[in-house]
This record gives sequence, C-alpha cells and structure tokens, in this order.
Amino acid sequence: MEHSIGFPVIALLVLLPAAGALVIAMLPKNRSELMMPITAAISVLPLAVSLFILWEFSAADGAEFQFAESVNWYEPWGIGWNVGIDGISLLLVVLTAFLFPISIIASASITKDVKLYMVSMLLLETGLLGVFVSLDLLLFFVFFEMTLIPMYFLIGIWGSENRVYAAVKFFLYTAFGSALLLTAIIALAILHSNVPGQSISFNYADLNELALSSNAQMWLFLGFGAAFAIKVPLFPFHTWLPDAHTEAPTAGSVILAGVLLKLGTYGFVRFNLTLFPEATVTLAPWLGALAVVGIIYGAAVAIVQPDVKRLVAYSSVSHLGFIVLGTFALTSQGLQGGIIQMVNHGLTTGALFLLIGMIYERRHTRQISEYGGLSSVMPLFAGIFLFMAFASIGLPGLNGFIGEFKILLGSWLAWPVLAILAASGVVLAAIYLLWAYERMFTGPVDNEANKGLQDLNGREIAILVPIAAMILFLGLYPKPALDRIEPAVESIIDRIERVTDYEAPEFGRIADVAEVAGEAP
Amino acid sequence: MLIGLLLALPLAGFLTLLFFGKRIGEPGAGYLGSATVGLSFLLALISSFEFISGGENGRHIELFEWIPSLGLNAELLWDPLSAMMTLVVTGVGALIHIYSIGYMHGDPRFGRFFTYLNLFITSMLILVLGANFGVLFVGWELVGLSSYLLISFWFEKPSAAAAGKKAFVVNRIGDFGFLIALMLIFASFGTLDFTHIFEVLHDNAAFITTATATAITLLLLVGAAGKSAQLPLHVWLPDAMEGPTPVSALIHAATMVTAGVYMVARTGIFFELAPVSQAVVATVGALTALFAATIAIGQRDIKRVLAYSTISQLGYMFMGVGVLGLVAGVFHLVTHAFFKALLFLGAGSVIHAMGGEQDMAKMGGLRKKVPITFATMVVAWIAISGIPPLAGFWSKDEILAVVYGRGGGYMALWIIGIVTAGLTAFYMSRMMFLTFWGEPRWDEGVQPHESPINMTMPLAVLAGLSAVGGLINTPFKPTLEHFLEPAFEFVHQAHIPEGVTPWILAGISIGAGVLGVMYAYRRYVVNGTQLEEGGTWETLLNGYGVDDLYGKTIVAPGKALSEQLAFTADAKVVDGGVNGIGAVVKRLGSMLAPLQTGLARSYGVGILAGAIGLVVWLIVAGGAV
Amino acid sequence: MIPILAQAATEGLQVTAGWYMGLAAVLFAIGSAGLLLRRNALVMFMSIELMLNSVNLTFVAADSGIGSLEGQISALFIMVVAAAEVTVGLAIIVAVFRKRATASVDDLAELSG
Repeated sequence: MEHSIGFPVIALLVLLPAAGALVIAMLPKNRSELMMPITAAISVLPLAVSLFILWEFSAADGAEFQFAESVNWYEPWGIGWNVGIDGISLLLVVLTAFLFPISIIASASITKDVKLYMVSMLLLETGLLGVFVSLDLLLFFVFFEMTLIPMYFLIGIWGSENRVYAAVKFFLYTAFGSALLLTAIIALAILHSNVPGQSISFNYADLNELALSSNAQMWLFLGFGAAFAIKVPLFPFHTWLPDAHTEAPTAGSVILAGVLLKLGTYGFVRFNLTLFPEATVTLAPWLGALAVVGIIYGAAVAIVQPDVKRLVAYSSVSHLGFIVLGTFALTSQGLQGGIIQMVNHGLTTGALFLLIGMIYERRHTRQISEYGGLSSVMPLFAGIFLFMAFASIGLPGLNGFIGEFKILLGSWLAWPVLAILAASGVVLAAIYLLWAYERMFTGPVDNEANKGLQDLNGREIAILVPIAAMILFLGLYPKPALDRIEPAVESIIDRIERVTDYEAPEFGRIADVAEVAGEAP
Repeated sequence: MLIGLLLALPLAGFLTLLFFGKRIGEPGAGYLGSATVGLSFLLALISSFEFISGGENGRHIELFEWIPSLGLNAELLWDPLSAMMTLVVTGVGALIHIYSIGYMHGDPRFGRFFTYLNLFITSMLILVLGANFGVLFVGWELVGLSSYLLISFWFEKPSAAAAGKKAFVVNRIGDFGFLIALMLIFASFGTLDFTHIFEVLHDNAAFITTATATAITLLLLVGAAGKSAQLPLHVWLPDAMEGPTPVSALIHAATMVTAGVYMVARTGIFFELAPVSQAVVATVGALTALFAATIAIGQRDIKRVLAYSTISQLGYMFMGVGVLGLVAGVFHLVTHAFFKALLFLGAGSVIHAMGGEQDMAKMGGLRKKVPITFATMVVAWIAISGIPPLAGFWSKDEILAVVYGRGGGYMALWIIGIVTAGLTAFYMSRMMFLTFWGEPRWDEGVQPHESPINMTMPLAVLAGLSAVGGLINTPFKPTLEHFLEPAFEFVHQAHIPEGVTPWILAGISIGAGVLGVMYAYRRYVVNGTQLEEGGTWETLLNGYGVDDLYGKTIVAPGKALSEQLAFTADAKVVDGGVNGIGAVVKRLGSMLAPLQTGLARSYGVGILAGAIGLVVWLIVAGGAV
Repeated sequence: MIPILAQAATEGLQVTAGWYMGLAAVLFAIGSAGLLLRRNALVMFMSIELMLNSVNLTFVAADSGIGSLEGQISALFIMVVAAAEVTVGLAIIVAVFRKRATASVDDLAELSG
C-alpha cells in the first residue's frame, strides 16, 4: 500500500525550523524579549506537522516507509532527497518535535545573545528531524553532522563555567566517530558500484539489496558502529557525556539527552542491523556485553556523584545501555523495547534536566549537598521531581517499565545471564535516584539560601505537565505506540533471519498454551 | 462491573485528593478517603456472595489491552482468593482510614496523608485482583511506592526519609528476583496469565522441568521475602515504623507485607512441582519466625516490638504456604490482619495518649487511663498468644498441624514453631505488662487520655474480629477452606493429620503460649522487672546487629567501590585515556608547528616542490611521459 | 623550438596542441616564479591567476586534441572559481592594506607556529 498524500509533508517538517531560523535571524537584535515567544511559536509548527504525520500514519504498514519523497540530486551516484517515515522513526520524529517547544520555553532565562541561541535551537531541530527521516546515506550524514554545530555553540556559549572544555570535547569526540562513519559510507557506496551493472549509490533502498562479503560487513559495521557507539554513548566511549550534559544550558541538556543520544541507537537499528546483518549477528554478543557493562557501570558511578546533573547524565549511560542491549538481543521484544525506551528515556530524562534547570535558576548550584528539605519549601517541585524519578526508576504504570520489561524479556531469550545482570540495574536506579532525592528534598531545611525558594510558576508547570501526561499515557496504554513499532521491528528481524543463518529465539510453547486456553473463558 | 467499580473508587479518591486534597482539607479529606474504601468493601462483600453459594469458580474482567505483543492485558481475576484478600484490604483499610481521621488530626498535610492511603488501597487492590503476573507486578511495585511515600510521610525527619528509601531499595532487591522469575515464566510459557499457566501445569505437570519450577519458585521467593520482610531481607520493616502508626497498621502489618504470602499461595502449583522450594520457603519462614521473635523480646520501642512480631508472624505464614498448607497460610494472614492491625492501632492510641512517646520505659500503669484501648489490646494479646478460642489460636494451630503432618525434616520446623509460639506469648505479654501494668514511669507533664471515638471505634470492631475471626475456619467447620477451594483447585494441598494427633498438637501449642504468658507475668508483674539493659539485651535490641553487618559488608564496600569507579576508574582511567589521546595529538601538533612559518612564499615553495616531486614520481614509477 | 621552426619552414605553420602546451608551460613557470619571488600580495595574486589560466589553456588544448568537451567544462569551472577567489582575495588584501598599510606578505607572518 502506498502512503503518499501528494504533498511533501516531510520536507515541510524538516525545513520549517530552518525557515524559522531565517525569520529569527532577520529580527532586530535589540528586541531580544521577542525572540523566545516567536521561536516557541515557530517550533509549534513542526510539532503540528508531526502530529499530522502521526495521525495519518498507517499502523498496519508500519514496516514501510510512508510519506516517502524522492527527488534526485545527483542521479549517477544515487544521491537525493530520499526521505520517509516508518514505525521506527515515527515516534522519534514526534518526540523531537515535542521536546523542542518545551525546551525553547524553558530557555526564558537566556539573556546572552538570545537571537543566536534561538537560531541554533531551530537549526538543531532541522538537523535532528532530518536524521530520522533520511533514507539516503549522504543526506543522513549531512544531517548527522548538522546537529553537531548548533550543539557545540549551545554548550560553548551558553553553558556554565567549564563550557569550552566540554564543548570542544563533545565536538572532537563525536567528529572523530563521524569521520569513520563517512569513510564507511563512501566505502559502502563504492562497493555498490563493484556489482556488475550497478553504479555508486548512497540510496538506502539500493544499499539494502547489496550482498556484502562478511569481511566487508565487519569493517563497515565497525565504521558505522564507532560513530553510533560514541553518540549513544556506549561504555567506554561515554566520558564526553557527563561533561557535555553538566555544562550545557538546560535546553541543551534536554535535547542532548532527549534526542541527540538517540541518533546513535537509531543509527544502530536503521543501518547496522539492516545493512550488515551478518556482522550484526557476529558482533551482537559483544555489544550486548558492553551494554550491560554500561548499565551497571553508569548506575554505580551515578550513585556517588556530588553534582545532580552529572548524576542524571550517568543515569543516561545506564539507560542507554538498556536500549543497546534490547537492540542487539535481536529479538522482536528486545528491539521493540529498545525503540520505545528511546522515547521513554527522552521524556523522563528530559524532564529531569528541566527540573534541575529550574532549581539551578533559583540557586545557581547543582551540588546535592547545597540542598536539603526542599519538599517543605517547594512541595509541587518535589512532587513532580519524585514522579519523574520513579518514571526513570521504571515503576510499572509509568513509561519506563514498558521498555525495560520488554528489553529484559527480549534479551533473556538471547542471553539470560546478561539479562539478569541488566536487571540489577533496576535496583541500582532506585538507589541513586532515591538517595539523591533523600538528600535534596527531605530532612530539615538547613541551608539559609533554600528557605525562601519559590515553588514552580505557571510557565514551568505548563512545560512539565505535557511530559508527565505523556509518561502516564505511555505507561498505562502503550498499545498505540507499540502497534506502530511492531511491524517495522518484525520486518528487521525477519530480514536478518532471511539473509543470515540466524534464528531469533522464540518464547516457549505459546501455541500449546493457546490451545489449552481455547477452552478457558 | 462491580469489581471494576470497587477498584475505581479508591482510585477516584486518590485522584480527587491529589488535586484538591489541600482545598478539601481536614476533616473532609479523611471522610472522602474513608468513604471510598468503605464503599469498596461493601461492593466486595456483595460480589463475594457468588462464591458462598458455591456456584462460581471465578471470572476474568478485562479492562484494556496493555502490552498486546506479550498478550499482557490489564485484566482482573475475581476468584475466592482475590475476594478474600480484597475483603481484608478494604475492610481493615476502611477501619484504619477512619482511625486516621482522629490520629492525624491537626497534621498540616492531613489531606496528603489520605491521598497516599487511597493510593495504597488502589495499588493493593491491583495486586490482589491482577489476573496475570504482569498486573500483579504493577500492584507489587505500586504498593512499594505507597509504602515509600507513607513511611517518609514526615520527611522533615531524616530518619523517616532514610527509612522510606531503605524500604524501597530492599524491596527492589526482592523485585529483582521477581522480575527474573517473570522472565523465566514468560520464556517457558509464552504468557503471564494465571489461569492459562495453572491449567497447563495442571493438565501436564511435565510441561516444565523440576529444575525450572525450582528456579521460578526460588526467584519468586526472593520477591516475596523482600515484600514480606523475611530473612535476609527483613531489615526494612523495623525502620518502616518511622511512618505514622496507622500506616504501620495498614501496610506493615495487615496488608502489604502479606503480599508475599498471597503470591506464594497464588502460585502454589509451581511450588507443588518444586519440593526443594517448598522446603526452602518453609525453612525461611520458620527461621524468620524464631529469629524475629527473639529480637522482639529485647525491644524498648512499642512499635518495634510489633514490627518484629509482624516479621515473626509472617514467618509462620511462609511456613504454612511453604508446606502447601495454602489455606492455613491465608487463614493466618486474615486473622493476623485483624489482631496485628488492632495491636498497632492500640499502640498508636497509647502513643497518642502519651503525647508521642514510644519508649516503653516511659509508660507503665496505663490500664486505668486508656480503658478502651487497654481492653481491646488485651483481646489482640490473647489472640496472638494462641489462647483459644481467639483468632490467632485457630490459624496458628492449623499451620503447625500442617507442618507436623508433613513429617520428616519438617518436624524440626514444627519444633521451631512451638518454641516461637512460646516466645510470642512471652514478648507480647512483656509489652502489655510494661505498658499497662506497674507504676507510671511517665515523663513530667504527660497527661494520658483516652482517644476520641473515631479512633476507639475501629479498635472495638477489630477486637470483635480478633475474638471471633478464627471461627471462619475451625476443624469443626472449615468454612474458609470450602470458600477458597475453587481458587486452589489445581493444587494438592497439605492437610492436617487425622485422628487425635491434632488435639495433642493443639494442647502442646496452647501449653507453650500459656507458659510464655505465665513466665512474663511472674517476671514483670510479680517480680516487677523493669526494662532490661546491657549484654544480651543490647544485642537483641539491635536485632543481632544485622543492620550493622549489612552496613559494613554491603553498603560501605558498595559505596567505596562506586567511589573508586567514579573518581578513579572513570575520571582517571577512562576519561584520562580520552584526554591523554588528546594531549598526545596536541604535543604532536606543537612539534610540527614550526613548519608553519607564516611566510606565504615558503608555503608556495612547498607546494611547488610537492608538485614537481609528484610529476617526477609519475614519470619514474609510471614510465610514461 | 628549432624542429618546430624547421617544420614550419617546410610544411607551412601548423599550430598543433603541442604549441599550446608549450605556451601553457611557459605561463605556468612565469606564474610560479612570480608567486615565489614577489612579496606584494597583489602581484602574487596576479601570478596565481596566471597559473590558473595556464591550466585552463592546457585543458582546452587537450580537449581539442582528443575531441572531448569535459576539459572545456572544467575550464569554465576554473574561471568561475577564479573569479570568486579574486573577489574574496582582493577584498581581504584591501582590508589588510587599510589596517596595516602594507601589502607585503612577509609582514603578515602571524600564523607562524
């Protein structure tokens, strides 16, 4: 079934923020008070478009690329504007479009060079949306890199004390991965031309048809994988993350955790799993093991962080480990869990960074020891923080549980021992978050500076409520989301099974049970 | 329909109070909270009649699809076992809600308290009504959340906040086991639905191997031990007494902590297939019962006596369900809910009367001052001590008889059970004598007074239940057993021995109880012994130092390891490596930097030389002109 | 040159691709010498233009030799690039001259390592 609505809706989605950036760039520089509201208004437009896409998206055909657009740019090399959205990218697109208005409204306290800030945010949005819709490897790479520059500025200009160090580290580290990615992309395109009758191609659909030798798959997997592993970040490539998160302004951290890290996990799913199935099967246990190390390591390191923002940053390392574990378990459940967990992590960790930003604006410190007893002075803030913390801990009924449970089930089939080790991350999450909560929010208010703190204002509540609503919705009724992910995931697993001798492990005897259950009420 | 409604009521109460609790304020929030739970109880009562007539086996109520690809739906199961649990939860819950209106009088967060209480009731109902392991687990975690919120309700007190966190974390350790059990179950059955799984196992016991069944049951036991405070995960419950007393009564005595027992009873068919696990569960229960009973003897804080007593009584229940005396275990769960809730509420009434004092060293001679509290607590005291015909006797005796009936190595557990029965009678009597008998040891200015009617009324009701509650399942008329039969139809339960043996056994356990009471009377009333100090008592007071042991062997090394990882491994090695590579590149760069003269013409020479070199190379290597 | 002249004397003057190549080589040599020997940025610029144009000449000449069009296209590209380069380059030189009052590249050696 063809899902075309006769209108380049994806182009509109991706280019709207960029056009918005142009508009902002033309505003007079001295009217900085107008910048935030106008940018926020602009950023609502892509959200509206993404909701339209969500509405029009056909769940049953979630495995196919819908709303596909294809415009050739340089035909001999198969380069072009090839875009489309399937069940895997759909939710990530919506998540991106959802988080931007929120982070922009959360940036009300930015005073330095507001114009450049807002332009950077909008360009960043174009880049991120572009990554998720690209079906052309060169286009993908361009968008992938395009996210780097605005984020570099966001951290380097509007960050806190150590911002330049963090920004440079972030940039160099990820650029290093990108170099390998570009090399691998070009090599892949040239390998395509080695097939008789074929020319160089960057087109994802063409490359998917390409039969690669296992040796080539291995090297290309590593080239792609290096870039994505750094982006995720997978242990031991994670050390840029705490610095970048800690130094970035609030909105930067929200986008970084909420969307930017997902570029890595998304890249793994979109490219490594489909383009290099054989290498995927060979290397999956190693990546699974690294992911589990990351889960435990990130959590253990988070426990003792004195800086609450760093703590949440390390918790991201742990959570992203779950996503990678689910992805490389190469089971339908694990992969579904990984994808839904990308969205979940974006919501909960994004919200935690927003909350930390709000308290930082009041007290200008992120040290846990500076706080204490905040529940008494800011009960609403404390309540929402606790809600988000429990979502992050994976309390059933909230979103985090769905993803974690599916990931654990899926990886149990592949590697029971890794699944057990990963499950211990669930215990550690409770320790680091609740201990931090205990130190920041309970007990008497010892510090004079905390006594007069104001509770959340209307603007702050307004940006947190939609996130909380999404968290509850996805926790209680994840069916709509999972229905869209499942066909896409099934098709990836099927493909791997078709082109390699891999067989995804199945849950035991569900059919037998169903027979018996036939008679049950 | 009614079942959905009885779950929706406390949920609606919770949501209303969450958003408007402050505006409704005192005492409206309390009335609202109590009314929702009370109505739920009535609905549960009405819905239970279908089982009493004996026609129904239970039915499923599907609410909505939850995780369709796992076949996991939000589905409720209304069968005799869940009905029994629902009645206890809502019944005792409603009484404790009413009591709390008086107890929490004047608290600045009065509305918030009832919000959490309603949340707890909702969660607990999800737990007991869930038709599959998934929904059970949701309830399981949500009661953990409510427990966390309520233990640290007075969060200004650092000890309360720490206790809440400790409870949640220790429970999470148990949940870790539970979660793995869920994976194992799903991997072997492809579903988490109770009825499907039990039917499959019933039809074909060889569907899973004994090893799998043993693994599943032992992992479930880890979860149950966390929730029900069994060895070695019992450490959170005594600390949980930092919460307001009604919370201790509701969550940490009557309902939540019995969830582990409920789970074992619910999954009894797994245990039937795993004899090793039966022995492990029963042994853990017996050891916990004895261990906690000895600690209870040495406590000075009236609530901590009851906390350890709860752990000990839960041990009995585990013993019962462990030997597949599922009815016996659930029976004790019910009677225990009555008398232990009563004891806690009574203790709360005493604490209320003493102006917040919990140390028994500063009580004494309260008989006359709080007569209603005293009278009702006496009922509970006799009940827990196992003196017939009060509730505790019947249920405890049934457990002991079932354990005895298993014979073999279980005889050792039976002996432990009898010893514990004696100890229970002793420590409970000690608590009563130290509190109500003897000379007043009150602090200056303490004016004990009886509590208001909304606190004493629930006490009276619970006293009535503690007195006659045991009659629902006597050897002469096993009503409960018949009632629960459909729920346990798949399990071959253990039964009490035939003939005169039960009578002898009953005699022995009554003897142990009476002995305990009499010795305590001699020691504390006749000899007038005051609170003991020093030596062994110190050890008992500290619960054998298990907390310190965990602190030294797990918490401190764990924290040290975490610090090593964070500040040495991560900062120096991993990140140091990254920065090291950066530094090396930088140094290389500065070594090559002098080549950059800044003179454009020198660059030009370089370019030209390079171009010429290339041409020469082409000519030489390529051989072409 | 002598064989060519001899050829011209006997067969009449035939301007073949080789002639153009020779001219291009001369132009390139002049350009590179100018680039290396002069200090004035403006003159260096002119030398670069000379080199670029010599390359253009090569392209076009070679093209006509083998009857293809690609070289001519490349030459057009180079012209465009050269024009763009001149625009930017001259602007920079003028700006530097205004600030420093010198166009000598040896005075602008701040990028030395």
